[in-house]
Amino acid sequence: MSATYTAAATLPEALAALASGARPVAGGTDLVVGARQGKAPLPDSLVAIHGLAELRGIAETGGGGLRIGALVSHADLVAHPAVRERYTALADASAIVGSHATRHVGTLGGNVMNASPAMETGGPLICFGAEAVLVSESGERRVAVADLLTGPGRTAARPDELLVAIELPAAAGGSCYARLEYRRQMEIAVVGATCAVTLEGARIGSARVAITALTPRIVRVPDAESALAGGDGGAGAVQAAGDAAAAAAQPISDVRASADYRRAMAAVIARRAVTAAIARARGSSDSVPIPASPALHGADRD
Amino acid sequence: MRYDAVLNVNGTDFPVEIEPHRSLLSVVRTELGMPGSKEGCDDSECGACMMLLDGRPVNSCSYLALQADGRKIVTVEGLADGGELHPLQRQFLAQGGVQCGFCTPGMLISAKALLDQNPAPSEDEIRIALSGNLCRCTGYQGIVRAVQAAAAEIA
Repeated sequence: MSATYTAAATLPEALAALASGARPVAGGTDLVVGARQGKAPLPDSLVAIHGLAELRGIAETGGGGLRIGALVSHADLVAHPAVRERYTALADASAIVGSHATRHVGTLGGNVMNASPAMETGGPLICFGAEAVLVSESGERRVAVADLLTGPGRTAARPDELLVAIELPAAAGGSCYARLEYRRQMEIAVVGATCAVTLEGARIGSARVAITALTPRIVRVPDAESALAGGDGGAGAVQAAGDAAAAAAQPISDVRASADYRRAMAAVIARRAVTAAIARARGSSDSVPIPASPALHGADRD
Repeated sequence: MRYDAVLNVNGTDFPVEIEPHRSLLSVVRTELGMPGSKEGCDDSECGACMMLLDGRPVNSCSYLALQADGRKIVTVEGLADGGELHPLQRQFLAQGGVQCGFCTPGMLISAKALLDQNPAPSEDEIRIALSGNLCRCTGYQGIVRAVQAAAAEIA
């Protein structure tokens, strides 16, 4: 069959194309590369959505949260003051997706719908309680990002549905996403961890912790969260949270790391994310993203 | 099926008729006859194919040519001003930033994208910005020096 292509000028046009079997392409940074690597051939029928103005932009919502259009690029996310200040872990994650040659074509929507268990933005979105807004010709529905991601490369979205936006509820406190990587750019998490905490006076109020590239889909780690919540956020609690993250890991061995190495690094990377999230909640202004390797950068974070 | 598109490359409009699955890199190299941009990994890992799309860098091996319809593209062929090399090109030569030359077009585009956004980058910022571009010859030292020297020259 000969391949077909439409560049959608409006959302209804894109939805009609999806309803008749086309697959969407925005930045193409996963789709086209995946086809080259033999993961999945490029779809025969493509609808390009990069021109849809209604899928762009970051807006404050009435409830003190943010609505992020699916076409917002990683570069836009890193540059956005509200994302950096209130959803810092998402800024950390967006800052290390691909390279500067992918961050402004690669989109948040694409990162989410590609549903890699190693994707950078998933952990932060799940910790912030993000919802995906899915639209089709038959209407709109909202699905928690935690429920949208059902497995490697799989989502709960129907083929005729388009992700149009991600909505984040109001957030307080501090957060961080950290990953183990072998290269600063054109890398994806070997192991990743997210932490978001709120403070109650000097103590930790609530805590959310998620692990990336350690389970078939990115998940929260309740044991790590309860190790932190209500405590002093000191070294003992951080250690316990890291150990809980490692215990929750079900890593695979592949060309990038063995399962044993991933499990060992789960504790290290989780501690790094937790430490930075607590420091940020207490007012420290760590760089975004935090250094990949504290030792190499001469910053002793312990 | 083939589709009409107009690619504006280095300031000139090129009408093309292309298949949906063609990459921007393959169309620019083969249909437009500009072979400066290289195919290294064809996988978005090495950056040898980097071009500017509306002023920002993109790995053209992994970008569909039809999605660049009506947009402005700059390749390494567009850096020199007539016979006058761009300061980055001159400094890559002067500082030993080139050995085999295969990564050079992508390095130059990547460095141009950096300097356009950040005219006075630190060494760390240069190394981070260029870390999506792989060089297997130079050890990067000469490349970093070249970007520093070009930044100083442009400033």
